[in-house]
Amino acid sequence: MLRSRIVGSIAEFFQHLMNGLTLGGIYALIALGYTMVYGILKFINFAHGDILMVGSYIGMFAYNLIRGETLGPWTIVAFFLSMLVGMLFSAVLGMAIEKIAYKPLRKATRLAPLLSAIGVSFILSNMAAWLWGTKSRKLEYPFDNTPLQIGGVAVTPHQILILVVVVVMMVSLKLFVDRSRMGKAMRATSLDQDTAKLMGIKVDRVIAITFGIGSALAATAGFLIALDIKVYPSMGTMTGLKAFVAAVVGGIGSISGAMVGGILLGLVETFGVALLGIPYGLKDTIAFVVLILILLVKPEGILGKAEKEKV
Amino acid sequence: MVSFILLILIYTGIYALMAMGQNVITGYVGLLSLCQAGFFAIGSYVTAILTTSAGWNFWLTVPLAGLIAALFGVLIGLPTLRLKGDYLAIATLGFGEIVRNILNNWDSLTNGPMGIQKIPMVRFFGMTISPYRKWGFLIMVWMFVVVGYVLFKRLAKSRMGRALEAIREDEIAASSMGINTTQYKVWAFALGAFSAGIAGSLQAVFTLSVTPGTFTFMVSIMVLCMVVLGGMGNFKAVVLGAFIIQFISYFPQLVGLSNVIPPQFKQVLFGLILVVMMIWRPQGILGREVRGHFGDGGKASVLPKGWKGLAERLHGKPAKKGGGR
Repeated sequence: MLRSRIVGSIAEFFQHLMNGLTLGGIYALIALGYTMVYGILKFINFAHGDILMVGSYIGMFAYNLIRGETLGPWTIVAFFLSMLVGMLFSAVLGMAIEKIAYKPLRKATRLAPLLSAIGVSFILSNMAAWLWGTKSRKLEYPFDNTPLQIGGVAVTPHQILILVVVVVMMVSLKLFVDRSRMGKAMRATSLDQDTAKLMGIKVDRVIAITFGIGSALAATAGFLIALDIKVYPSMGTMTGLKAFVAAVVGGIGSISGAMVGGILLGLVETFGVALLGIPYGLKDTIAFVVLILILLVKPEGILGKAEKEKV
Repeated sequence: MVSFILLILIYTGIYALMAMGQNVITGYVGLLSLCQAGFFAIGSYVTAILTTSAGWNFWLTVPLAGLIAALFGVLIGLPTLRLKGDYLAIATLGFGEIVRNILNNWDSLTNGPMGIQKIPMVRFFGMTISPYRKWGFLIMVWMFVVVGYVLFKRLAKSRMGRALEAIREDEIAASSMGINTTQYKVWAFALGAFSAGIAGSLQAVFTLSVTPGTFTFMVSIMVLCMVVLGGMGNFKAVVLGAFIIQFISYFPQLVGLSNVIPPQFKQVLFGLILVVMMIWRPQGILGREVRGHFGDGGKASVLPKGWKGLAERLHGKPAKKGGGR
């Protein structure tokens, strides 16, 4: 009796752990975009969540176009191809937004790019509602999504897909930033823009590419969760906000921080609802309580460096 | 038609109150707050609940609506305002959503998505100020705006106004001059919330019912647009901005094209206003008011050419180097 209860609660624990990890992985992917842009420009890209939404729409359109009727290997290939389309579109969109709405404001006051970003975010979400309607659209699973029982834990193929994609994306991003020439240029730009420019780094290009990568990652995350939450014009708002909280928790500006913060926030949310009995309706509030707490206790985040403002 | 124009003017007044509050936060201190809608909602619900279930007089609920909104302002402001301004934007964005979330879910107090109906009309020395007789209501709303305007102008010229502007120009310099920056920022934030709360109170007795659906993020964006379009740091300009934005907002109905122009059109337009103003005219239509030194405080945008450069050097923002620190 007791034994079975302990086994049961261990299984339950792993169940929540699994759910938390997948949710956290998604937050982490989105948080990377915020943190990379912040690292270089010291600016919060409010339109990030809406870029995610547009990417998901484009991916969904591509997917509905090329997927056949029957599930099979082709639907999975089609899924990844559409994801790529969404990523590319978002990357281009992100770079275009940077060029039009943020670049002219790089020398302006701190407030100017923030206001411009809010404007862009509002334009994107309302354009989407205008063009594509406010109704949420379902994205069909590319595979049979019946949960697999692994040691008493129900794991859906969708969760496995999310974990695999998230790990692949994070590892390749980390390698790109740490090993490649462009990654080195990014790190240099984020350390000191002026010096980087003097060393012959094309700072404008580095910034554009940063926006492109961040937007593509957001689109990936959006397309992955769209299987669960459907696609609708304001889908990026709350998710984007929470991902930002994740970036702050991990230490904004730090790439590993975004990963850690994302996973942590996913776990806190899942376990908060499951174990602490926080009502499901207030689930979205948890992230903001976490934000306020971290700002009070350790404003630079877990992996961030405390920044002294220079005169 | 006349009645419709009066309606727009009433909303202009209500929003002008909110926009003046936003102007203190964004125009004077240079912080981005995105939850005027949240404070507006709190003010509305305070009046709605107290006048219906508690049977209070409207005039008693007005200051209370402002104070409770301000209290919430302090609660979000205290942890976030100690840090750099960017966090405030996110925290306030989240707060606005949470307020709506709670209003939707706390059925016993707010009656959930149905909202509160049958709010009694305002009585003023035996007169009933009915929202159906728009002239009377218009006068009442604009009395509030005038009083708010005068008070805010006084504030801007006071020690506090100067401190706020000093914080905007250079926070480190301000604090080394002995200005308690966090304390002033929290005060400014609370003031902004206060005026939004009072605007909410007026909204409640104008529509005679409140529902959570009224207080969307759109409201905050509209208020922000009013400040940016008119001119940050200039209360007259902000009222002008309120006029323009409200007329844009009701334009389709005004010309009878509301079934041709989709509702998203104006919202895209608001977004465009923010972006375009930031790129081409960040000081807004009227520009910031420049204080003192030139006698009566002429406006930056109307100063003669030679003076303008001088004014900018004295009051405008120094060109900041992008990034790197």
